Amino acid sequence: MDSTHHSNLTAAEEHAAGIEHEHPTWATYWKVAVILTIITACEVWVYYIPAFVGSRAFVPTLLAMSALKFAIVVLFYMHLRYDNRLFKVLFTGPLIVAIITLIALMFLFGHMHLGHVGA
Amino acid sequence: MSAPTVSHHYTTTGLDNRKIAIWAFIGSECMLFVSLISTYLIYKGRSVVGPFPHQPWVDPGTGQHFKAILNIPVTSASTFVLLMSSLAMVLALAAVENKGKPQRTLGDKILGSSKLWLFMTALLGATFLGFQAYEFTSFVHEGLTIKTNLFGSTFFTLTGFHGAHVTAGVIWLLSMLMIDFKRGLGPEDALNVDIMALYWHFVDVVWIAIFTLVYLIR
Repeated sequence: MDSTHHSNLTAAEEHAAGIEHEHPTWATYWKVAVILTIITACEVWVYYIPAFVGSRAFVPTLLAMSALKFAIVVLFYMHLRYDNRLFKVLFTGPLIVAIITLIALMFLFGHMHLGHVGA
Repeated sequence: MSAPTVSHHYTTTGLDNRKIAIWAFIGSECMLFVSLISTYLIYKGRSVVGPFPHQPWVDPGTGQHFKAILNIPVTSASTFVLLMSSLAMVLALAAVENKGKPQRTLGDKILGSSKLWLFMTALLGATFLGFQAYEFTSFVHEGLTIKTNLFGSTFFTLTGFHGAHVTAGVIWLLSMLMIDFKRGLGPEDALNVDIMALYWHFVDVVWIAIFTLVYLIR
């Protein structure tokens, strides 16, 4: 069942309100929830593998899985994939500035060594 | 001239100013939370005394043993609860947008109930707060307060700020649920629910980052 229908609004009114026309279906929302749960389970699972925790792949793997979950929620649940470009700029602009600042601080305080976040 | 179905707040972009405002607000909140996460990471591993997040510690003065303070199974459960609250939130928004459409099957009626999904979102949000209250209480009992060490200060500040945001979200959800019970929410309210949903999902994505950076990475 398509979840995009605003029966009381005209197309112009929807556009003026910033309501996007393409929304994922309910089935997509459930699939996204399952994917998020599986990724979270994988994150917790690798946390309990001592050999993997001690390896250099541990931190990058966790960061990649976290970034994937972050992106999935933002793109599908926050509808940024389907929404106006201005909203993407308003969100990703400050986020990029913040992440660059974080990385710079980590180097400045000696916590980052070749991609490893110090314990 | 026909009466408008929604009150417009035009901008030169052609977009509603409320939606631009919530995205600008979320952008600023990104910077706030990244600054708190940065502070946590900068001071990570620099606490002089325990308890520590991932390793046990023995107080040299008293000989008292402290176990690793973080409880990953409990936090994993609370993370799952918050992720499911985001699912309930999108289902609530979809139900509001589709209000008035024919609901032929029981499944349509369940998926089309905005009251049910708003209530579920608020309930799951409150459950997450319950987990956080349990975690904070157990940490204090185990000897970690905001004044104990650098880890305690940065941890309680970061997760406390997040918890305050979740609390505000739950209050917002309950207010919207009351409106739904009082007069019913329809497609004309979709934008207001959408704005609330964006805030709620943002709180969720912040926790996704905190869960990995604070709890899982040693």
